[in-house]
Amino acid sequence: MIELRDIHKSFGSKHVLRGVDLHVEKGTSMVVIGGSGTGKSVTIRTVLGLVRPDRGQILVDGQDVTLADRDSFLARFGMLFQAGALFDSMPVWQNVAFRLLRGSLRRPREEARAIAIEKLRRVGLKPDVAELYPAELSGGMQKRVALARAIAAEPEIIFFDEPTAGLDPIMSGVINDLIREIVTDMGATTITITHDMTSVRTIADNVAMLHDGIIQWTGPVSRLDHSGNPYLDQFVHGRADGPIEAIR
Amino acid sequence: MTGPGAAGAAPKGTEDGRPGPARRLLAWLMAALASVGRSSLHLLASVGQVAIYAGLTVTHMVRPPFYGREFLNALLTIGYFSLPVVGLTALFTGGALALQIYAGGARFSAEAVVPSIVAIGMVRELGPVLGGLMVAGRVAASIAAEIGTMKVTEQIDALVTLSTDPMKYLTVPRVLAATLALPVLVGVGDAIGILGGYLVGITTLDFNAAAYLKNTVDFLETWDVVSGLIKGAAFGFIVALMGCFHGMRSGRGARGVGRATIDAVVSASILILAANFLLTNLFFAA
Repeated sequence: MIELRDIHKSFGSKHVLRGVDLHVEKGTSMVVIGGSGTGKSVTIRTVLGLVRPDRGQILVDGQDVTLADRDSFLARFGMLFQAGALFDSMPVWQNVAFRLLRGSLRRPREEARAIAIEKLRRVGLKPDVAELYPAELSGGMQKRVALARAIAAEPEIIFFDEPTAGLDPIMSGVINDLIREIVTDMGATTITITHDMTSVRTIADNVAMLHDGIIQWTGPVSRLDHSGNPYLDQFVHGRADGPIEAIR
Repeated sequence: MTGPGAAGAAPKGTEDGRPGPARRLLAWLMAALASVGRSSLHLLASVGQVAIYAGLTVTHMVRPPFYGREFLNALLTIGYFSLPVVGLTALFTGGALALQIYAGGARFSAEAVVPSIVAIGMVRELGPVLGGLMVAGRVAASIAAEIGTMKVTEQIDALVTLSTDPMKYLTVPRVLAATLALPVLVGVGDAIGILGGYLVGITTLDFNAAAYLKNTVDFLETWDVVSGLIKGAAFGFIVALMGCFHGMRSGRGARGVGRATIDAVVSASILILAANFLLTNLFFAA
């Protein structure tokens, strides 16, 4: 289980998180929604230690993340970055097998390559993609490779940061279905950041709405359309009028 | 409030309420002083950050894990691919140096010192300094741009989530490679620079080839060469460190990466010249 308690984070005078409380049960898929710049990405970055919160506590399976051994803690995680964040100096298979080629999860090179090709196949890419460099791939293919890298070491917890950003509706659907399949098959605990409602409905077991630096609403995806929460209603229905100020 | 006391304490403004010339001058001086103060604090903070970064880099060099493949890649990029630019610079500098010393020496009939001065000048000063500056232009810029781009495209964050310390994976291999490669580049540059002087000496200045070589070897001491190589190692450390430091601190977007690249080259060049003075003072001051 992942638990965030009263997380605060400011960047200069800008208070991004003002007391985020979030519970994600083991083996479930939580989707965090909210407008651009509301701190969704900052929230998951605090869990990974990429951003240090000013205040609050983060627990993973009851253990404070600041007290955990960093290497073994991170070995439990996989992360899909918004822009893929593939290493452009190495071919696709080495990107996917990055974790398997070094560190505590190191495997023989041929075995790591075979696992990488298997993971590429899992996300719908052919083996001949393995030798290409990220710059030679389309946006959708890069996203799939990044997804393959996120699951390569079969992590217990996976974070997806805007998995469909910049993709056309068809490719977005493909990525959403892949994520749902992977989550179900692997039984992983996942947090997905998005403002794409199609992604929410495909991926989520539970949804949390972040606005004004706090979680405004959280509940199962089945209650999304009749939550009674004015923030969520405005966001889900894409209305300009409501408690969320739209800048025009 | 009225009366002479109150009038004396009031701001010296003009009748239309705007501040007078004295007050404007004072405000301008205060703003200038504040600007100098801010710049000084910023400089001191940067010096401290570079010192901490250098210390961390050195401590990580002796602690596992080590990334051998990254080190070899960096050695190839920094060392081997810098050979042409360092070699050409040294060749032309050696030739120009021979012409200058000959012209200057002719004023007091000392043309015969050309071979020895070219050799000593190249191995002690020009080889390491020009080699360092050329590599700074090529390598510090390249490293800062590469790491800066990695930062703005979240590749550095990705490294962290993949249980890889960016300091160990990106900085240490590059700094170590540059520290080891620069002395070799300087050595090759020294030889090519002396060759440049030799070619000019025998083709333009009518030196006897054998006599030129004999004069070069006779007056060159081991310490002249070794001191230049030590300088090369120090300059290599500076070049890669500045590239990595500014790359890691790169701001967002293309503008941020461009700024990091400029800062890396400028700071590496200035630090090379400063370090050269300090090392020369240390090695050769009476």
